[in-house]
Amino acid sequence: MSERLAVRKTYKLFIGGAFPRSESGRSYAVTSSKGDFLANASKASRKDARDAVGAARKAFPGWSSATPYNRGQILYRVAEMLEGRRAQFVAEVVDADGVTAKKAGELVDAAVDRLVWYAGWSDKIGAIRGSANPVAGPYFNLSTVEPTGVVAVVAPSAGPLLGLVSVIAPVIVTGNTCVVVASERAPLPSITLAEVLATSDLPGGVVNILTGSAGEIAPWLAGHMDVNAIDLTGADEDLAVRCEELAAENLKRVLRPPLDRIDWLADPGTDRMTAFLETKTVWHPIGV
Amino acid sequence: MVGLETARQVGDAVVVSTTTAPFAEVASSNATLRAFLHGLPGVDRVGADARAAMLGTRSIKTTAKAQAIDLAISMVDLTTLEGADTPGKVRAMCAKAVHPDPTDPSVPRVAAVCVYPDLVATAVRALDGSGVKVASVATAFPSGRSSLEVKVADTALAVAAGADEIDMVIDRGAFLSGDYVKVFEEIAAVKAACGPAGGAQGEHAAHLKVILETGELATYDNVRRASWLAMLAGADFIKTSTGKVQPAATLPVTLIMLEAVRDFRLRTGRVIGVKPAGGIRTTKDAIKYLVLVNETAGADWLTPDLFRLGASTLLNDLLMQRQKMATGRYAGPDYFTLD
Repeated sequence: MSERLAVRKTYKLFIGGAFPRSESGRSYAVTSSKGDFLANASKASRKDARDAVGAARKAFPGWSSATPYNRGQILYRVAEMLEGRRAQFVAEVVDADGVTAKKAGELVDAAVDRLVWYAGWSDKIGAIRGSANPVAGPYFNLSTVEPTGVVAVVAPSAGPLLGLVSVIAPVIVTGNTCVVVASERAPLPSITLAEVLATSDLPGGVVNILTGSAGEIAPWLAGHMDVNAIDLTGADEDLAVRCEELAAENLKRVLRPPLDRIDWLADPGTDRMTAFLETKTVWHPIGV
Repeated sequence: MVGLETARQVGDAVVVSTTTAPFAEVASSNATLRAFLHGLPGVDRVGADARAAMLGTRSIKTTAKAQAIDLAISMVDLTTLEGADTPGKVRAMCAKAVHPDPTDPSVPRVAAVCVYPDLVATAVRALDGSGVKVASVATAFPSGRSSLEVKVADTALAVAAGADEIDMVIDRGAFLSGDYVKVFEEIAAVKAACGPAGGAQGEHAAHLKVILETGELATYDNVRRASWLAMLAGADFIKTSTGKVQPAATLPVTLIMLEAVRDFRLRTGRVIGVKPAGGIRTTKDAIKYLVLVNETAGADWLTPDLFRLGASTLLNDLLMQRQKMATGRYAGPDYFTLD
């Protein structure tokens, strides 16, 4: 019997719940931390970014009006699916980061736990950020939180899985939809994560993942008038400044890149969730 | 309309009545009409689809695209045909028709607004002196299922209210059952109700657009026959659809109608306009139609007097593309009015 041919995976983009190739037809070679060839990944163009924003905008009304309970359930489902593919992610993290299998296992476990942690916040964030305000008049005065809208996310280049999950989950758990520019150096786990997202009841378009050059795509997202916020966690200093300038045109909310290297294993706190929330305050007459 | 008067001089035939001279005897009976319409060459469906698809692949970029966007904006018939239309909504739409993008005065105004007959007066008041025409659907739109008297009265009402253009629907039931003379006479009667040139309601008769509702005609051969039937009966424009039936306008159907108006001019000298309507939502679609016009009927038709795009959501996409070309950043719908 002849030797079985290898079946290699084609890594594509994740836009609107589908896996299209880049509109530009471009791809680039992805190597492991040791420099060995791993696979070709799609190199997204500005038009892919435009399409992804369109998909995210289309998904926003449905996702933001889903009950927080429902969104929490779906995030938990993502964690379940991720757990089921643990071995595959461990292998990809070993290739991408050059860490030991044991360390990679810890990172994947942490990513699963991170999703479960954020899933729990879906119906609790209102309790810490909303309030009943005391006012001098016969009114109930209530502040509640609402999602900002479409959020562009420049994912960190370090931590191809844990870092990625840690920037996506806080954005979507509160009802935003997002367009993520994955790590340029290690994009493969992001597309495998997209396969997890596509099979876990997450409506298409809530998360859109682009692989390629952040320096090329991020400025288009930063300047896009239909993007409401941008998370620059993975942008280097020059790119962050450029994006922040472009984002000023329609007053996007901007989450600046951290000054120090982030320890993704540490307790994340609620900052990433609250960065992309709007406060709505309602005055309601008390009556007689 | 001025544009049409000029266009009429292109050929050497002279328009004497609604039925053009070379075809005077065609409409004398159902038998002669049937013989003529069924004598038209059949449409090669695969060929028409392929040609329309091929023309849709033309790449129109940079300055040509900017020009195409402005031309498309000036050809839009901004339409609202909902049961929930209010005078306020129509006034808002009229304001948008005159200044599609209030932040940019270089944006051309659209060709016309298209409303139901009872809202014509509101639109006429709102557009007074702006140069934007008022079109009204009539004749028991969208189904056309009513008596001729009602259809003529419907038309007369809209004309009396000041409509510059009438969009009538043909009786598809009669057409499909082969009663061509009934369709012909209905169009001729509605044309008469649009008023004579130099008649009571102004310098010119209201312009008649005949909606074929190609989505209900089943075959491309029928589209070609209905186009000729409408042109013979005196249509100034032939229009694909009401927008209430799927499929609405498609490229191949528009191709066949453009071929019909081209051939009609060759044979009679009369120049008829074409209006695809319904389902045209993006700038890319609109530009495909412009390419189709240029390559089929010719550049003479690339004017709002002879080609219109019936649409409501298309205008915002055209404006967003225009802004993208001007500023270099992708535009968002938050910054444009909803119609």
